[in-house]
Amino acid sequence: MKLINRRNALKIGGAAAALPLIGTPIFAQKAKVKAAFVLIGTPDDNGWNYAHDRGRLEMIEAIGADKVETTVVTNVAEGPDSERVFRELAQQGHDIIFGTSFGYGDSMLKVAKQFPDVKFEWATGYKTAPNLSIYNARFHEGRAVIGTIAGMMSETGIGAYIGSFPIPEVVMGINAFHLAARKKNPDFITKVVYVDSWFDPAKEADAARALIDQGVDIITQHTDGPAALQVAEERGIIGGFGQGADMSAFAPNAHLTAIIDIWSPYYIKAVQSVLDGTWKSGSSWEGLAGGEVVIGPYNEKIPSEVVAAAEAVKEGIINGSYHPFAGPITDNKGKLRVEEGDIIDDVEFWSVDWYAQGVEA
Amino acid sequence: MNIDLTIAIIITMVGASTPLLLAALGELVVEKSGVLNLGVEGMMLTGAVVGFAVAYSSSNAWLGILAAAFAGAAVSMIFAFLTLTLSANQVATGLALTIFGAGFSSLFGQPYTGKPIEIFGSIFPPFLRDHPILRVFFDYSPLVYFSLIMVFIVWWFLYKTRAGLILRAVGENDISAHSIGYSVITIRYGAVGFGGMMAGIGGACFPLILTPQWVEGLTGGRGWIALALLVFSAWKPARLFLGAYLFGLIATMEVYAKAAGGIFKILPSELWASLPYLATIIVLVIFSLRHKASSSAPACLGKPFIATN
Repeated sequence: MKLINRRNALKIGGAAAALPLIGTPIFAQKAKVKAAFVLIGTPDDNGWNYAHDRGRLEMIEAIGADKVETTVVTNVAEGPDSERVFRELAQQGHDIIFGTSFGYGDSMLKVAKQFPDVKFEWATGYKTAPNLSIYNARFHEGRAVIGTIAGMMSETGIGAYIGSFPIPEVVMGINAFHLAARKKNPDFITKVVYVDSWFDPAKEADAARALIDQGVDIITQHTDGPAALQVAEERGIIGGFGQGADMSAFAPNAHLTAIIDIWSPYYIKAVQSVLDGTWKSGSSWEGLAGGEVVIGPYNEKIPSEVVAAAEAVKEGIINGSYHPFAGPITDNKGKLRVEEGDIIDDVEFWSVDWYAQGVEA
Repeated sequence: MNIDLTIAIIITMVGASTPLLLAALGELVVEKSGVLNLGVEGMMLTGAVVGFAVAYSSSNAWLGILAAAFAGAAVSMIFAFLTLTLSANQVATGLALTIFGAGFSSLFGQPYTGKPIEIFGSIFPPFLRDHPILRVFFDYSPLVYFSLIMVFIVWWFLYKTRAGLILRAVGENDISAHSIGYSVITIRYGAVGFGGMMAGIGGACFPLILTPQWVEGLTGGRGWIALALLVFSAWKPARLFLGAYLFGLIATMEVYAKAAGGIFKILPSELWASLPYLATIIVLVIFSLRHKASSSAPACLGKPFIATN
């Protein structure tokens, strides 16, 4: 693999621009695939980018280094800057390009139109094109599992959720966590604090302090770092959960388990389909069943019946007998939102702007 | 509101205020000498990453703080050389220093991302730091007490010593100070170096006492709040101290109010986040009404000094 930075990408791109563009016939098998990964940060962030890069490495291992060659471009800002990077990667003859951030969408859609023979893959995207697929993971399924643990282990009956911004994915993560906790403790309360940033560790830590000082003994977060977990460790509360990756190194006692993102199954499938010539534009949204969301090792201090209950929820989601958003669901203003026997489906998911009963947001 | 929660809020507030206070005290001396260094955020980031790296490698937080002070001072010397020796534009150079600090800390910090360290907390015996009431005085990192002592030292230096008088003279009227034989440039080098040192220590508060880890952009823009604080305080040490604690209180109340819910949710979180800046603007308006046109800023602030003979 080559690790190139933006400036090198420009140079190589400039040279490659001089080459004529040769179209690849549809459904042709390929001997070797050139895949590119565009990251918003660096793979050593211990979170989002790390997970994508690990997915890439596992994909190379599964497919074989003789059949796939990868390029990684790190620290690419969302917006106009990324458009240049995607165009250059396409010009360099990459067969498939993965853009691993939500904000790359506009640039990818634009460049995909100009390079109809190059396959584009937009992580957490919402719009497809004939040569642009979207892929995401059902993080909320993992939240239902940790919510089960929180509901059973919390002594004060108050859990906390430190959020970034109130976008549907975060709102539904909160609801999944809370609804699962309420199944185990009908009076469970989830206090939500938004820190208005994907990334401000000092503020996340202060939010964790504020929540713990007000009776919270289980904390979870939808921001990428371990700041809240460290406060949980320092204060000696029951615990918290890793987000994106196992964060037990930061909080050996407080780290109960983690929701881990595994992208390799998707990357293997996507690259293999390019090799086979069967790649199709589509939308992938796998979770626990597809192995894209994995629950990390359980902390030894979790009682065995709690582990069993968490595993039961996990198995239930995998075999379809447990739905994180099964009715009846009443919102926190008392309105019945989901009828008994009904669920929130994958389309409705993206338009939920309310919290379940017992969420203090 | 019960006493435990009040004490908890005070302790969190002190933590949030300390890096602001340290960085702003340093910048106060810089600006009193007539130099405007907008690179506080860059120097804080440099101090944060170097402080973490040294504390992590040596398992000694004190060494980390020393290294952070040194690193902050070292990058401030780049600024000093460009603006004082070469008379470059201070605003542009200061902004460049912030960008440099962000880039340098990200590069230098890469091997340290995701590494945990021990928090540099209170060094008082447990019966004091864990006492339900007395912990309001004793449950702090030594850096907190250092910042409070520095408020006094900076005030004493600026207003009670001859050296401080000369420094202020350089900031108010560099040509007069030069004409009676003081080396304007040398004094300003010293002030900028002190400012860098304090910003470095302020930055080190983040990975050592607030959230014991290194990640890119850890200081989260608080260098800019430190700069706003100077204007807010009208360049007066006592008011700077009160301002830093007020800004820290605002930041703390934001998260405590959100966690409490209910009536406290009335203020939208964006408003909470902008309160320090709003307060600064309000203070500016009040000052300009009261003092008419005359400003409380040092008269030579931001102007390059070129010795004529």
